[in-house]
Amino acid sequence: MQETSNPVRIGIEGVFYSLEHVPELVRFGSKPAREIAANSNLDERLTGRLRSFSAAVAYAPHQVFIGNLSPEELRERKQPWYEYLIDGAAAKGRFGDLVGQESFYALLAQADQFKLVSFDEAWAAYQSNLFASPKPGQLKSAGEIVGLHQKGALPLRSGGKLVGGFEEGHVEDVNLSAEILLENLAAKATAAHALKSLCASLSVDPGEIDHVISCSEEAIGDRYNRGGGNLAKAIAEQAGCVNAAGGDVKSFCAGPMVAMVHGASLIQSGVCRNVAVVAGGSLAKLGMKFQSHLEKGMPILEDVLASFAVLLSAARKGQPCIRLDSAAFHRVGAGASPQGMAEALAEAPLKKLGLKLTDVDCYAVELHNPEITLPSGSGDVPRANYRTLAALAVMRGQIKKEQMEEFVGERGMIGYAPTQGHIPSAVSYLGHALDALRDGRIRNALFISKGSLFLGRMTQLSDGCSFLVERNES
Amino acid sequence: MLKGKKVIAIGERDGVPGPVIAECLEGGGLEVVFQVTECFV
Repeated sequence: MQETSNPVRIGIEGVFYSLEHVPELVRFGSKPAREIAANSNLDERLTGRLRSFSAAVAYAPHQVFIGNLSPEELRERKQPWYEYLIDGAAAKGRFGDLVGQESFYALLAQADQFKLVSFDEAWAAYQSNLFASPKPGQLKSAGEIVGLHQKGALPLRSGGKLVGGFEEGHVEDVNLSAEILLENLAAKATAAHALKSLCASLSVDPGEIDHVISCSEEAIGDRYNRGGGNLAKAIAEQAGCVNAAGGDVKSFCAGPMVAMVHGASLIQSGVCRNVAVVAGGSLAKLGMKFQSHLEKGMPILEDVLASFAVLLSAARKGQPCIRLDSAAFHRVGAGASPQGMAEALAEAPLKKLGLKLTDVDCYAVELHNPEITLPSGSGDVPRANYRTLAALAVMRGQIKKEQMEEFVGERGMIGYAPTQGHIPSAVSYLGHALDALRDGRIRNALFISKGSLFLGRMTQLSDGCSFLVERNES
Repeated sequence: MLKGKKVIAIGERDGVPGPVIAECLEGGGLEVVFQVTECFV
């Protein structure tokens, strides 16, 4: 390996992931909502295939996501993972947690400043540890909740029973409809939970954080500012980061990598001492592939919102860090073929450091759980990405064609992240990468994310961002 | 055999994008009436 002489490193203090298990919100996901509106029979079928919280906790990919199981151990486990659950699995992980639906409702209530959500006071009394400090008007009688539902509020259920309502923010503005605001508030609440939990796990006072960048996917704004943004500041406020400024960085699924490069650059330039990069869960993607799961007799696996928070600061000796001088972006003229993307996002950052594809111990790519995507014909996304990298290594003469599978096996991993867009896109592996770097199992890892810009119908282009992570040995 | 035929090209984010498929087909004399790239995850 030939290294560059002036490495630019930004320290990664830690990461926290959260999975909010919200089976009774799956019906509000974009796909289920549209399909149920067209065929109401689907509602009952979907409800019949929802998982319990204990089944979601014991699901092996979730245990990898929160740090209790390694990606290598997942590869050895018998499939289908939804049948071979883990006995004694815990909801708290080494760098993450699973949150039950009732706890998520409480997070939603805490994050609400506009009387959007309210709950049945009798039900809330049973959850007294969760609803200890309700805001004025947040708890209502059962009759008032039914009345809200009849007037158009989204029904929030627990065990099939109506326990709450989510109201619109404006009668005429579709951007402030109950459906959109529930998505937005869910993103805020889940990201704030991840950020608070990260601070607690690192014993960092949230007041010490200088800047928060949100790469959540939701469009926050009204009819005059659709997608106007700065969800980051709302998240920072909710997490108690009273001295932080904030801003959003978006690039579809590539958002987290782009946001981390921006955050690292703010530190490198001296603008900030530290930066938290956060993202909330995507409610719109709940149940995205529920029909194929129903057809195959599977449980509805897309029943979790996923969020994360990372804290960056100046690098200390021995600490895992971002090699900011390796950061690469997919450029306008780079081309969107698989080869073009791999050249721009894998080869280009390594070339900057004088490294070859075979000098990287581990690649973090799109880490979608194949058990979710294969039944719908969407393929094994991580494997497709790893094979493209291996093919590029063959083209460059770094490995032989017959070594492709070895390359994939040694430097890749099986996918385990929920299909939450920005969440599976490389950043899911950061917690495991920090562990593996600290104990010397790997020397480095290349994080590669891709974004589907064409979905917004403004350009045919894709996007992407990548960087190397390694220990600071200098 | 396919020359002059009308085609719809649907590309994929982690595979071959729509414009690339369209360019190949148009080069072969086919008429691409619609092309799009989708993300299936």
